Amino acid sequence: MTEPPSHDSVQEKNGGKRFWLDDMRNVYKVFWALVVVCGALFLADAVYEKHVILSFESWFGFYGLFGFLVSFALVLIARELRKILMRDEDYYDR
Amino acid sequence: MTAEFPPGLLLIVGAVLVPFLKGNLRSVYTLALPLLGIWQLTALEPGTFGVLSAFGFEQTHVRVDKLSLLFGYVFYIAATLGILFAWHRDDRVEQTTALVYVGAAIGAVFAGDLITLFLYWEVAAIAAIFLIWAARTERSFRAGVRCLIIYMLSGILLLTGVAMRALETGSVAFDHIGLDSPSGLLILLAFGIKCAFPFLHNWLQDAYPEASVTGTVFLSAFTTKLAVYALARGYAGTEVLIWIGVAMTAFPIFYAVIENDLRRVLAYSLNNQLGFMVAGIGIGTTLAINGAVSHAFAHIIYKALLFMSMGAVLYRTGTVKGSELGGLYKTMPWTTGFCIVGAASISAFPLFSGFVTKSMILTAAAKEGYLVPFLILLFASAGVFHHSGIKIPFFAFFAHDSGKRPKEAPVNMLLAMGLASFLCIAIGVYPQPLYALLPFPVEYTPYTTTHVVTMLQLLLFSGLAFATLQRSGLYPPELRSTVLDFDFSYRRLAPWMAGWLMNVGERAWMTMTSASLPSLRGLASLAIRQFGPHGRFARNQSSSFSLSISVALLAVLLLMFFAR
Repeated sequence: MTEPPSHDSVQEKNGGKRFWLDDMRNVYKVFWALVVVCGALFLADAVYEKHVILSFESWFGFYGLFGFLVSFALVLIARELRKILMRDEDYYDR
Repeated sequence: MTAEFPPGLLLIVGAVLVPFLKGNLRSVYTLALPLLGIWQLTALEPGTFGVLSAFGFEQTHVRVDKLSLLFGYVFYIAATLGILFAWHRDDRVEQTTALVYVGAAIGAVFAGDLITLFLYWEVAAIAAIFLIWAARTERSFRAGVRCLIIYMLSGILLLTGVAMRALETGSVAFDHIGLDSPSGLLILLAFGIKCAFPFLHNWLQDAYPEASVTGTVFLSAFTTKLAVYALARGYAGTEVLIWIGVAMTAFPIFYAVIENDLRRVLAYSLNNQLGFMVAGIGIGTTLAINGAVSHAFAHIIYKALLFMSMGAVLYRTGTVKGSELGGLYKTMPWTTGFCIVGAASISAFPLFSGFVTKSMILTAAAKEGYLVPFLILLFASAGVFHHSGIKIPFFAFFAHDSGKRPKEAPVNMLLAMGLASFLCIAIGVYPQPLYALLPFPVEYTPYTTTHVVTMLQLLLFSGLAFATLQRSGLYPPELRSTVLDFDFSYRRLAPWMAGWLMNVGERAWMTMTSASLPSLRGLASLAIRQFGPHGRFARNQSSSFSLSISVALLAVLLLMFFAR
């Protein structure tokens, strides 16, 4: 289960069909496409007039950077929380 | 004539017939009831009816205004979706209790006084428990019992609060309550339990994921949103709710990241979404209240959609554990698509329902200068995209290929999900009809360049963080596990403490008896020796006693004689 299945076995399970995302190169393409879109959105702050209520909202790229940083922090903190909070699956059933 | 019939009672009375119908006829009948209900609501005029006097108070069985109508409509819509989704299910208990549950929730939102509210509140609670038990598993039974105890606590608090309020004010009308008196606090706690306030929340994550594939879809819509309605009615502008709300948006998302059961992840994100509504109610301006209740409306539909998509996965594969799933998009493309629509809606992507509702709450927070709450809500918005928007579809349908090749979901499930998806997009693209239903006039434009661009920045950069963490291997893998939450306190800690106390008490008793037994024995035998049948005091007791009295009397007489 933990080992990623080889392409041949995946294709076998698909009934001989190849899906576009079965190829890891295409997964990377999706990732880089996301990077490009994010870059464009970051720069978009320069080309329109922001109408905001709070002062820090008008900082260049605030929403993008905030979104990235807090999400990153969220996952890393949650990962650490696992060390304290995680138990076996049948913990309450024993 | 139809308009004078209490809206919720329609389903409760209608449910009586369900056990006697069979097969498709039963499904057609159960589906017809909420549709009839929607038709009835369109005929209702604002006002009250069913006013009667009981327990010495004037009670209003039905109060129709914009707030109750909004919740009435969306509850009926949710019921319709749920019944369609459960069309294939042949289970009298579940189909009957589901109708009673929905009917009670609708009855409660139309209740004009607190006694009527309490009665419907309790019927909804008991029906919800039966809906959980309808899964007929050991786990669902136990979770249902835990849930029942907590629900009863909510009921007792509500009843006590209502009784105190009736004494204080001489009225049981359900209008603004506020926190000016102790009764207000009790009623707030009763609502807070059902609204899953922090530390009162765990019944939600405990019980909902244990219900059946179809039961959870019903459960997700009503109990908590009934509480949101009650808070909006009774506690608008109560500032402490802002802080309770932002806490609710923030802490569940950490759990959602590490939880493995995807329906439990959805329960955590449900809790997080309730936080947005509670914060909006706490801010209390017309914009914020509009935002809170419209968000409840949109939320009921997209949350049901997400639970339906995970329900379909559970139905087809027998599991909703992230660690066991992956790659299902290959054979369940429609379910995948509908799940993504739900995910985009809860994440508030432009053109989806969450965008046009949640933004009102955030704007209201900024306008009223609530700086820290605003930032926490923003963090929670990024977080909800992270765990509901990405994690749910990613681990179920994409991620590593689990090798599972289930069939696509049954047609009735696809229809229900398709209808819910349509509504999510329709509200997002064209929010005006929803805005027209809101309690206050809407002077708000969701689609401004600033708003669309900033929201896309927030969400896509959050997505970029997910992708980066995935690629670098930093993202915590889905693991078979139990994550400890507050329910640890009553499922483990309290039993442990009770056991420890019993243990210590028993040992103390043993020590006491064994250490003091010899001396106690000595004391007992001494007493027996002195006072027993052969003891000194037992010897010729009556004669010696009368003799000593006579001697004493004689002495007194002699003393008196010589003293003269």
